Amino acid sequence: MTTLQDLMNAPAPASTWVLAQDCAETGLDPQDIRTEMARRIGEMRASIERGLKTDARSITGMVGWNAKGLWEAPDVLGAPLIKRVQAYAMAVNEENARMGRIVAAPTAGSAGTIPGALIGVADHLGIPDERLVDPMILAAGVGKAISKRMFISGAAGGCQAEIGSSAAMAAAAVTELLGGTPRACVHAASLALMNTIGLVCDPVGGYVEVPCVSRNAFYAVHAVSAAQLALAQLESFIPPDEVVTAMAQVGRLMPAELRETAEGGLAQTPTGLAVAARMEGREDAGGMIELPMA
Amino acid sequence: MSLLDMIGPVMIGPSSSHTAGACRLGLVAHHLLGEAPRRAVIGLHASFAKTGRGHGTHLALVAGLLGFAPDDPRLPRAFEEAGAAGLAAEFRDVDLGDVHPNTAHIELHGDTQAVTVQGSSTGGGVILVTHVQGLGVNFSGASPTVLLRYRDTLGMIARIATTIAADGVNIATLTCTRENRGGQALLAVELDAPLSPQALAFFDRWPDTNWVRMLPKLMDG
Repeated sequence: MTTLQDLMNAPAPASTWVLAQDCAETGLDPQDIRTEMARRIGEMRASIERGLKTDARSITGMVGWNAKGLWEAPDVLGAPLIKRVQAYAMAVNEENARMGRIVAAPTAGSAGTIPGALIGVADHLGIPDERLVDPMILAAGVGKAISKRMFISGAAGGCQAEIGSSAAMAAAAVTELLGGTPRACVHAASLALMNTIGLVCDPVGGYVEVPCVSRNAFYAVHAVSAAQLALAQLESFIPPDEVVTAMAQVGRLMPAELRETAEGGLAQTPTGLAVAARMEGREDAGGMIELPMA
Repeated sequence: MSLLDMIGPVMIGPSSSHTAGACRLGLVAHHLLGEAPRRAVIGLHASFAKTGRGHGTHLALVAGLLGFAPDDPRLPRAFEEAGAAGLAAEFRDVDLGDVHPNTAHIELHGDTQAVTVQGSSTGGGVILVTHVQGLGVNFSGASPTVLLRYRDTLGMIARIATTIAADGVNIATLTCTRENRGGQALLAVELDAPLSPQALAFFDRWPDTNWVRMLPKLMDG
């Protein structure tokens, strides 16, 4: 079982070590993995491009137009990197909400974090997609190590499990892209992860829309922040594997109402309840569930 | 679990557990039926039913039954596609007991065949199939999987394993359960490669086996 500590001690670049370990386990060919990973990066880019161009709403009407809106808005902060990272992340999750095609990374609800952070930074710095394959492999390796200690799902561990994982994966990937050592990459992941502990899954109406779409924007930036800190030699005081265990423990302590049941938090606000009621009425009236018997 | 399970699957949104995973559960039933599906009765465990609303879970299950992969652009139109393909599906809220919250029980009928599948969508698009034809199994669809149902008889597992080895295929995992001694038994074998058509035909010809199915690899890993 590969731990984050093992990853930290791997020879540079960490992604090469991750790929070798994975292929030893699965018997798959490393070149096949790299080819498929490159294809998935292409799919992420396609999701970003579609999402930035469209303002069509999801079926609930709660999301769909903000990625394009942000992308076309003036850069009020004079910080084009942030705007790009945020817009890319939201583009993916708005596509997701519209039942468009995305790459789960590691889940659909957290699908925008890694494209936002990694492809956002790459485009900002003019780095071509071929150089994203290795960082993406490292991201997957970090995700695998986390998933060995806890279930990566909102139902099991709240949003900290999904977005915490995607932010940790993205932080490691950005750090490697910018030349960070394996140690820096894993500390970036750990810094990102420890600052999502306690994040609950309280989706409005039960849909993967609010707060999920904007959350991916926030945590894509969070991942880039973590990479910057780690590249400046900041380290996670609590060892990375212990941070994962702590997150798993907090997930178990989290009441079911805050773990993807839409029974607490934002989902139970008057506005949240109204959305649920509105969609329920519409679904029953529209007969979405019933099909005629032959 | 492989790297491609963490960055992946490529899928139609919005939920890797309630859309992509649900689609894969439907796909298991589709492949195990082995002919065009005509009628489905799908029981959704309490919370899968509740949180499935707005995740397209019902659409995704039907899409899987029709043979669509989780990234198939036709998934959002699965109900219309079902109508065109002559598949009628009915959903029921059920209580399946102490199971994973996202569990479905699928009963699928074709013109001549029928199959029941129970499985859970455990997160990130990953599934775990726990029952086929009412008997316990334990596979994820990450490897090609052969299922054989037969009357519980001395030496069956040895014969099946020998045939698989003679086909040049390595066994990854196997689960064997039976109704009772001498009753129906089901062997589910996860393999490192698919079996040849000759090996499958050979299993089909045995007087002891009454149901043989090959499930292709449904996901990375």
